[in-house]
Amino acid sequence: MTDPAEPIVAPALEMRGITKRYPGVVANDAITLEVHPGEIHALLGENGAGKTTLMNVLYGLATPDEGEVLLNGTPVKIAGPADAIARGISMVHQHFMLVPVLTVAENILLGEETMANRFFLDRNEAHRRIIELGRRFGFEIDPEAKVGSLSVGWQQRVEIFKALYRNAKILVLDEPTAVLTPQETEEIFAVLRRLAAEGHSIVFISHKLYEVLEIADRITVIRRGRVVGERKPAETNEDDLAELMVGREVQLVVDRGVSHPAAPVLHVQGLTASDDRGQLTVRGVDFDVRAGEIFGIAGVAGNGQDELVEAIIGLRKPAAGSVTLDGKDVTGHSPRQLNEAQVAYVPADRHRFGLILPFSIADNLVLTSYYRSPYARGLLRDREAIDRDAKTSVQRFDIRTPSPNAKASTLSGGNQQKAVVAREFDRELKLLILDQPTRGLDVGSIEFIHRQVIAKRDAGTAVLLVSAELDEVLELSDRIGVMYGGKIVAIVDGPTADKNEVGLLMATGGERDMTTETHVMGQTA
Amino acid sequence: MTAQPPEARRPKRSTAARIWMVMAVPVTVVVLAVLLGAAIVLVSELLVPGKAFDWGLPLVAYGALIEGAFGNSDAVVSTLVNSTPLVFGGLAVGFGFKAGLFNIGAQGQFLVGALGAVIVGVWLADAPAVVAMPAAALAGFVAGGLWGFVPGFLKAVSGAHEVVSTIMMNYIAVQLLAALVSGPLKVPRSPSPVTFDVGNAAFPILLGRNGHLGILLALLAAGFVWWLLFRTTWGFEVRSVGANADASRYAGMRPKLITMATMTFSGALAGLAGTSVLLGVTHTMTSSFGTTVGFDSIAVALLARSHPLATVLAALLFGGMRAGAGLMQIRAQIPVELVDVLQAVILLFLVASPVLRRVLHAVTPAGVPDVEAPMADMTPGALA
Repeated sequence: MTDPAEPIVAPALEMRGITKRYPGVVANDAITLEVHPGEIHALLGENGAGKTTLMNVLYGLATPDEGEVLLNGTPVKIAGPADAIARGISMVHQHFMLVPVLTVAENILLGEETMANRFFLDRNEAHRRIIELGRRFGFEIDPEAKVGSLSVGWQQRVEIFKALYRNAKILVLDEPTAVLTPQETEEIFAVLRRLAAEGHSIVFISHKLYEVLEIADRITVIRRGRVVGERKPAETNEDDLAELMVGREVQLVVDRGVSHPAAPVLHVQGLTASDDRGQLTVRGVDFDVRAGEIFGIAGVAGNGQDELVEAIIGLRKPAAGSVTLDGKDVTGHSPRQLNEAQVAYVPADRHRFGLILPFSIADNLVLTSYYRSPYARGLLRDREAIDRDAKTSVQRFDIRTPSPNAKASTLSGGNQQKAVVAREFDRELKLLILDQPTRGLDVGSIEFIHRQVIAKRDAGTAVLLVSAELDEVLELSDRIGVMYGGKIVAIVDGPTADKNEVGLLMATGGERDMTTETHVMGQTA
Repeated sequence: MTAQPPEARRPKRSTAARIWMVMAVPVTVVVLAVLLGAAIVLVSELLVPGKAFDWGLPLVAYGALIEGAFGNSDAVVSTLVNSTPLVFGGLAVGFGFKAGLFNIGAQGQFLVGALGAVIVGVWLADAPAVVAMPAAALAGFVAGGLWGFVPGFLKAVSGAHEVVSTIMMNYIAVQLLAALVSGPLKVPRSPSPVTFDVGNAAFPILLGRNGHLGILLALLAAGFVWWLLFRTTWGFEVRSVGANADASRYAGMRPKLITMATMTFSGALAGLAGTSVLLGVTHTMTSSFGTTVGFDSIAVALLARSHPLATVLAALLFGGMRAGAGLMQIRAQIPVELVDVLQAVILLFLVASPVLRRVLHAVTPAGVPDVEAPMADMTPGALA
């Protein structure tokens, strides 16, 4: 095989001076990227930095305005995905492109059918090749398994298989670990190393620093459409990469300072609620959140946190129990009533629940207050007031957009979340409820949002933070309630909490044995 | 401002480019339909034995169609009269689309609206016009609204899909109309099922031979719906629920209530469509009243992409085709049904417009939008 260090060999892939402009944005500005045979090359950048655009250029989905793409030293023009595949470039998307009801073999064959004759697939030949490929790369797979029955990690392997079956030499993986558990991540890394050892070139797109440091041979960092640095893992660290990526020094863990909790603001007692299928998932929850403190709820996803939050915020009728706000019973109050009682809520899924993507940023910023002064006088909306305050919010919360009138869908994930945060944080609050506030965000945005949360706490707001990401709960919370099987099984002090101890509580509820531990480990993303 | 690099500012597009962005798909659809219509005319010639083949026939036909629609003042008035119920109906359907509702029941609401107008109109036929006319129009508005409320209510309480329930309501409306017109509302001893004349409740003629007050009302309605949708908090709620009902609920709106209100208002607008035909044109009702206006309205709303002001233009196109069809038949011996074909083809092309959009995008890279920026998401609800 080719030695990546050998200078005579042309890079497997070279992108030279790629510039791609969209109306109002330069998505790629003279980006140059070199990937050698057998190399795992990480492309690191914040959401919206231009990683995806660059890969779309490579995959023929976007035509660059300037620059050229070279494969093995020869300039090529890639007409589209089919052309890219024919040239040995394959992409594994973050969201899998698999048909769940078909078998592994059928999925792999889609679009690349091995025919026995004009009318029939040659299944035997296909099976033989799939098994042989599996052996070669150390992950054998049953070609007859239905894709829908496979775990996410295995589905991803099917995607990689698809690429290998098409004789891909250059593999692009777009945030491949976003949906994987830590073990699955390790396993996929092993596969990638094996592929690289066989001479494949791998472009690994990510914004997770520690992963990039672990897997990559070389790291190219891009920011706002430009290459801002190239590093080898040995000569860099997380802080250095984060700084490059964001363009300033980043605190990966925000200094939370000391909290000064006062009287309880939110008092939840005996709260019981069912999920949409009528299963009782919240079974008598008691806790308090005091003014000026962050109360974190840690728990493996699906232990009743969603229903708990919905029951508190008025989106779900509690079956029993009470919610008290500042001594007043607000059980079963509507979201609007709570909003008017100075309760703010950042939902977990910003696309589905937090924003109306086809609407402008300005309209999204008034989504909860559009009907009242100063944004409306009677039935009439006041566009001037809406636009004026939108401009201020965009500036104050550093929402990167050409204009407050741009659609929310045109923002990157981090900026979308900043818009939600701007809407919910930018007023006097008694209680702030955050459900997975930084899911899928890059380090810069996470830092920004964490700072805002702490600022709110210090201003005397009671903060309820629900997150499946234990690290986030540990970093921010003053107290942590561990939720298991619909109950708060333990409340521990935040700053002194031990990660393993909390993890164990999440896994077992503090009483059972260790049989469910793997379940816990499977839930980080 | 934030630390935006200067190149990140959105370049100002020229007015022409912006108009093209909005109009590209509808205009292309209409042009394609016209071309396909021409092809159909040519092919149909081959099917008629013993006639000399004439390449120019499509031109003759379209010439007559245009002349019949806009050739003289009578033609223009006729176009306006034909367009009026389509404006109301297109607004009704488009308003539903804005809230994410497919009101396929415009036809039923149209009929029931006309029925309401005729009942009150006949009752007040001898009362002074200032009383009779508004009362009859209001009755049509309310009756249509009621017919829209039922599916809206069903959807809100039980989740019954409005497409199914409005289709059902259409059948009920047709049967109700037949029963009433041949029963209690029938002129006694009349040989055919027909109601009395609405007398003083009829719309006055303001323009030419038959340009009635409804034309003006339709224009006002378009302006009103635009104002409602884009200038009021209620319109904001309607559009929010249409674009993302979940997020609207999380933000404190009440999507179920809005669904009910929207269906009611949509039905009421369709009811006005029926009212405008009844009080403006027929003055009496028969069981074959108004045939397909409610369904044509769906095409109008789609062509206008639910925009209230564009609805007026789309209605003028379809109304004009109806008005000109007669002359086309006389001049070119092309049956008036060609207009139905054109309408159907327009509808089909509109349904296929995502494909068209892609093609247009390839032809004029900077022109037709879709990819505003690299992060552009495809959003559902392409109808709205």
